[in-house]
Amino acid sequence: MSQAIENVASALTRIDQIDPRVRAMAAIWSDRATSRAETLSAPRDAKSPLWGMPVAVKDNICTLDGKTTCASRILEDFQSPYAADVVERLERAGAIIVGKTNLDEFAMGSTTENSGLFPTLNPWNPEYVPGGSSGGSAAAVASRMVEFALGSDTGGSIRQPASFCGVCGLKPTYGRVSRYGLVAFASSLDQIGPLATNAWQLAVLLGVIAGHDSRDSTCFDTPVPDYVSMLNEPMGRLRIGVAAEYFGDGVHPETRKAVESAIETLKKLGAEVSEVRLPHTKYVIACYYLICTAEASSNLARFDGVRYGHRTESPKDYFEVYSKSRAEGFGAEVKRRIMLGTFALSSGYYDQYYNKALRVRTLIRQDFDRAFEQCDAILSPTTPTPAFKFGEKSHSPLEMYLTDIYNCAANLAGIPALSIPCGHTSDGMPIGLQLMGKHFDEAKLLQIAHQFQQVTDFHKKRPAICA
Amino acid sequence: MTQIDEQQVRHIAHLSRLDLSDEEIAQYGRQLGEVLAYVEQLNEVDTEGVEPTAHAMPVSNVFREDVPAESLGVEKALQNAPDKATPYFKVPKVLDQQSA
Repeated sequence: MSQAIENVASALTRIDQIDPRVRAMAAIWSDRATSRAETLSAPRDAKSPLWGMPVAVKDNICTLDGKTTCASRILEDFQSPYAADVVERLERAGAIIVGKTNLDEFAMGSTTENSGLFPTLNPWNPEYVPGGSSGGSAAAVASRMVEFALGSDTGGSIRQPASFCGVCGLKPTYGRVSRYGLVAFASSLDQIGPLATNAWQLAVLLGVIAGHDSRDSTCFDTPVPDYVSMLNEPMGRLRIGVAAEYFGDGVHPETRKAVESAIETLKKLGAEVSEVRLPHTKYVIACYYLICTAEASSNLARFDGVRYGHRTESPKDYFEVYSKSRAEGFGAEVKRRIMLGTFALSSGYYDQYYNKALRVRTLIRQDFDRAFEQCDAILSPTTPTPAFKFGEKSHSPLEMYLTDIYNCAANLAGIPALSIPCGHTSDGMPIGLQLMGKHFDEAKLLQIAHQFQQVTDFHKKRPAICA
Repeated sequence: MTQIDEQQVRHIAHLSRLDLSDEEIAQYGRQLGEVLAYVEQLNEVDTEGVEPTAHAMPVSNVFREDVPAESLGVEKALQNAPDKATPYFKVPKVLDQQSA
């Protein structure tokens, strides 16, 4: 039996055993993955470490096979007529997609509670949220159903669930990976990225999905370095910046302790750690929510009940085809964000809200330009607290938005950022460390993460559900 | 604090093409008020003379040669249509008898 067939069979068995208790998968592609593994039974191509490896793909990334639902009722039967660039690249590299993963509807949320399908549970403890919106991908990797998954990150949607589930996740530089075939939420912020169990795997997956695509005009033609071969290179003089703004009063004491201990580990690896300032951090969430909702209100206008997606039954006129199809098809959080974005863009409020947010975005971006004159990477907790319990924050949209406080700046500035495990709480929940880097400097972040993982074991600890 | 009254919420719902229930109107009105009160802190920031950033990365127009290529095709373009009369999408009458 070829390695590919064995890998797929083993992944499908694990999904079968574990997924009923985690609910990470929106769709499981048993037959398709098995037959693809059989056709792949050619000699392994050494250049492609993903050859024959099972991968899970977030269900807002278009695949020709199966459905692409965005965990939304409005797309519950949608079958994409084309595949995303990242999906074509995965398949060219010999990866085998074993299923699509759950998410907050249209990637809008921080817990997967907003999924129109069902919530995903945190593999470390089912009372806790897995984070979101790529909660399905993070939970699938954490419970080792797969070791590789794709997510998307508009304001922390890869890093935050990676942190809550104790896995690694990377949001690449804006434009590093093609967005062709990613269902658009906020086009100036969205970016597809990898989730995996360690930094080496992140490097492998990023190397496959990164690169120019003429079908996404915001995708850059910058050469893709060999991320994997750079992992073990000596880091030389490594300057890590720490910003007081990312260690505020809201940081959980156990998170603070774990991150401070990681800083000591990096110092032993030769890093120089110094303080940097990111003075506009307190405005990040306000700025982010105005911009992302404005872009979402525009992007989601395409769901009109005419060309694809849900259409209301017996509309009384043409207007109702729009207004009732959309009201029936979208969940509460999606409607809320469309409303906020429409308001921020509406006549009389555009300058006060949307345009103001764009100007503050400039200042946030400039904070990073200045900070990166003094350092190569900025280190912080990925999230102020470890995973919280279901329902704990769902009563207040604003309180939920604030859980992404350390994540959204990287999207606003377009810079790469990753999250890796750096500890566990006394209750056994994972804690994540975030590293933000300069534009197109993913290699540096991966190198730091990999070398940290050579001397620590946090990423190797698995939830009991894996046993 | 920014107050948005019921009439405004209904106006935004209309612009958003969302047919909301009275309960939703009341709930979103309250929640939008909360979020707007929070985002008002942006007014503390002096943005005089600061250029807006719509895109974090320098993207300019990307041109390509105007060469005909294969397109999606009618069948694929219509495959998800809720209602169709090939090669068209089918929708209810846009103009009624009186306005026609």
